[in-house]
Amino acid sequence: MIRAELLIQRSAPEREERFVVEFEPGESVLDGLRRLRVTQDATLAFRYACLNANACKECLMLLDGRVIYACTTRLEAREMRLAPLPNKPLLRDLATVIAPPDERF
Amino acid sequence: MKTTHLNADVLIIGAGGAGMYAAIEAARSGAERVLLLDRSLIGRGGATVMAQMTVAAAVGAGDHWEHHLADTLAAGRGLCDEGLSALLCEVGAECILEMDQWRVGWARSGEGFAAVQAPGHDRARCVYVDFLNTGPAVSRTLRAQVQRAGSAIRRIGEMAVTDLVVQDGAVTGAAGLHVASGDAITIAAPATIIATGGLTRLYARNSASANMSGDGYALALRAGATLMDMEFVQFFPIGHLAPRLIGMDPIMWDPFRYKLGGRLLNGAMEEFLPRWGGDAEDARYSTTRDLATYGITKENEAGRGSPMGGAWLSFTHVPEAELRSAFGPVVDRLAANGIDLTRDAVEVSPIAHYHMGGVRVDRAMRTDVPGLLAAGEAVGGANGANRLSGNAITEALAFGRIAGREAARMARANTREFSAEGPLELLRASALRPLNTAKLVAQLQQVMSRDVGPFRTGPGLERAYAALAELTAELGDAPPVAPGQPHDLARLDWFDLRQMLLVAGCVVTAAAAREESRGAHQREDFPQTRTEWQRNQLVHA
Repeated sequence: MIRAELLIQRSAPEREERFVVEFEPGESVLDGLRRLRVTQDATLAFRYACLNANACKECLMLLDGRVIYACTTRLEAREMRLAPLPNKPLLRDLATVIAPPDERF
Repeated sequence: MKTTHLNADVLIIGAGGAGMYAAIEAARSGAERVLLLDRSLIGRGGATVMAQMTVAAAVGAGDHWEHHLADTLAAGRGLCDEGLSALLCEVGAECILEMDQWRVGWARSGEGFAAVQAPGHDRARCVYVDFLNTGPAVSRTLRAQVQRAGSAIRRIGEMAVTDLVVQDGAVTGAAGLHVASGDAITIAAPATIIATGGLTRLYARNSASANMSGDGYALALRAGATLMDMEFVQFFPIGHLAPRLIGMDPIMWDPFRYKLGGRLLNGAMEEFLPRWGGDAEDARYSTTRDLATYGITKENEAGRGSPMGGAWLSFTHVPEAELRSAFGPVVDRLAANGIDLTRDAVEVSPIAHYHMGGVRVDRAMRTDVPGLLAAGEAVGGANGANRLSGNAITEALAFGRIAGREAARMARANTREFSAEGPLELLRASALRPLNTAKLVAQLQQVMSRDVGPFRTGPGLERAYAALAELTAELGDAPPVAPGQPHDLARLDWFDLRQMLLVAGCVVTAAAAREESRGAHQREDFPQTRTEWQRNQLVHA
């Protein structure tokens, strides 16, 4: 089994947390995050609606400082640093406000 | 926790194809305050945006909606509500033409629409937007029309409705959790439309988005409405299994089967569909969904599956130029996933795709409860025991249009009393105990996949029922952690599980009672279709 080390920026309180996630070759960052919620920490927050289809376009975040879709970026056997989008209001952990302004409440 | 109250003429829960069409129709029928809610972002969650396939509608020269109806009824294995099926076919065709006026971009061929012949249809009747863009184009087009309605339609995303509000036997609105903020929202409305889609999230492998939790069924049932045909979950036979494919929907192979045929092979690279009653498919892709699911499952039981437990799908016999023409830019997306179709077969297996059952409605989409309507996949009955390929988007558009018009009419009646105290009490509750709700969701999905998939047995269903009872006990009667936190997935999962467990129980109970095999419901202990079971099962609260 291959392992990725995910360094995830968390909020409330603000910190960086290290998670080790095992994966099969080809799995996405979103696969890893969803598995972390089941196996380690259900409070970990990120956005997604579709499952790896790149249809909902919700899973935008930063990987090592670059904007990615978590569903189309593959896990790698290395340290991967994940952070929320820097230019959007933060909701929690990796989830930010991305809804169009006229669809917000 | 902050609570906000809103008033609407028509409240629509779910902003997929059905919900958006309903909103457009309600607004143009005179409703001045339409409120369109979605669990996710408007027009970006649910099943419509994920539909990469084709849409069935009698819009070709020489076709008539009655021919489409005949095929729909045959596919439904004797259980269709014929009135609803007829509306799907007749109004659906009108909606497809209206979508064309709205410039959805249906592929053209000569004077008319390009169309393919999907299994179960008597002719080429399935229109599409190339390449794999049908669902996204439908969603985008409807979103644009919703926006054009201006202030008549207010849109709020990231809103999980947790309960309908019932007053003197009528639905008078709803209450829910605004996920982004963690606040509670209550909404009073004389007409409410459930357009929440199906229940595919109950299964580990599914083809829809993560917010198809069956919550509309649970909302309706708790409000006193009737559910029907809950045992009929459609499994799409050739969902992508391996190698791991990302950035694409797992049901993507079907449009290419329509265009190119393709060969479905077992682990020994043999054609196997004729062994289970299918055609050899020499001429074209002709195997219906229930039969292909049956064949793939039986080959695996006999030890003849592909390495990961499915079947091989191969296009290697198709010349490269033809592949390139049919797949267009998708060839490159597959290449990025390491798949070269000129050389490689892929593995496919059945995947939870659609729910034939749902909320019982009349021909105006009204449920048994005054003030409550349903539309789209949330409705039961139009597709009987097995849905014909291409009917889901058609159903979403047609039923959305009918429900929107009727809701606008109902909204002109008097507004009723509104008090959301019960639902608000639950939204404010907190058990303050550790509970991994994501793990409970995964456990529920495993139970349903193992014992309540396309093939069921009495003992398996009993085991599932017991497992659901245990999960329900573990869930408890209040959500974990404190209310009022932004984007709190652990708490959201709790509210989802409350609905999912109720709905899963309905599926299991109905499947256990139906001691026969029909369409998408196959009982290994009762393999025959029985005349006395040619009837719908109803679920009441």
